[in-house]
Amino acid sequence: MKIKVFVTPKKNVLDPQGVAVGHALESLGLKGLKGTRVGKVVELEVDAGDSPRLRAQLDKLCRDLLSNPVIEDYQYEIAGE
Amino acid sequence: MKIAVLQFPGSNCDLDAFHLFATGLGLPTRFVWHKETRLGEADLVVVPGGFSYGDYLRCGAIARFSPVMGAVRDHAEKGGVILGICNGFQILCEAGLLPGALIRNSSLEFRCVTCDLAVEDAGPAFNTRSLGRRIRLPIAHGEGNYRIDAAGRESLETNHQVLLRYVDNPNGSQGSIAGVRNEEGNVFGMMPHPDRAFERFHPSRDGIAVARAVLSLRFPEILKMSA
Repeated sequence: MKIKVFVTPKKNVLDPQGVAVGHALESLGLKGLKGTRVGKVVELEVDAGDSPRLRAQLDKLCRDLLSNPVIEDYQYEIAGE
Repeated sequence: MKIAVLQFPGSNCDLDAFHLFATGLGLPTRFVWHKETRLGEADLVVVPGGFSYGDYLRCGAIARFSPVMGAVRDHAEKGGVILGICNGFQILCEAGLLPGALIRNSSLEFRCVTCDLAVEDAGPAFNTRSLGRRIRLPIAHGEGNYRIDAAGRESLETNHQVLLRYVDNPNGSQGSIAGVRNEEGNVFGMMPHPDRAFERFHPSRDGIAVARAVLSLRFPEILKMSA
């Protein structure tokens, strides 16, 4: 089973990287840009099936390690085999 | 007065921190490798600067789960004194031993410069009596931009948990915050480097006063010792 975890800076937290990338996008001609946020994707491959227990464990791992809840949000997608 | 300096893979100011306490203050100081599960006898635990685990994922995010961090947490819960410098500050924030988080400098630049810092009255050990109103310490970081939510910020200010503020904010930190302590007052963290400010050839010698101020929490007599 494949799991994709998306970690993004919280909406109300300044994202210096996003601001800089936004400026570059504008200088390359993108019009009407209203915001740019830079986050990261963590791809996991796990030998297990989807279950509430796995999701509970994933949530804990996302909160404890993969994201820092002070500054970041996370979400994940679980894809089949 | 025994000092333990932690070492993680990628720590690179461990020797500087060791030298500050061992040579600068002449105190018994030893290293504790991150795989240890016990600290041994330690009155002060120093979490040094560097790039633990290559700063992978987030600065300090992986070091926080090192075996030694269990012992560090116990030490903190028993009221033991901890000082985190630079990456050490980031590790303590990640571990939840200090409030807030450190993100990329607003300039996106790595800043390596000696800063003027305003000393705050942050409790019985760290204050303008032990340190004076202004000190100068070097910084060297790319991720020192201190962030905390509005409620957290308010409680930091109300409880006098801010240790130091940049006079000229180099990294975009909220409230120009350069260092904080926990609510209980025994865990200290700062981005500036007292460990790079005590030799004659260093840009300042204020690191000694910072080390003493932290130690004075349990050993007030240290403030009377001559340099």
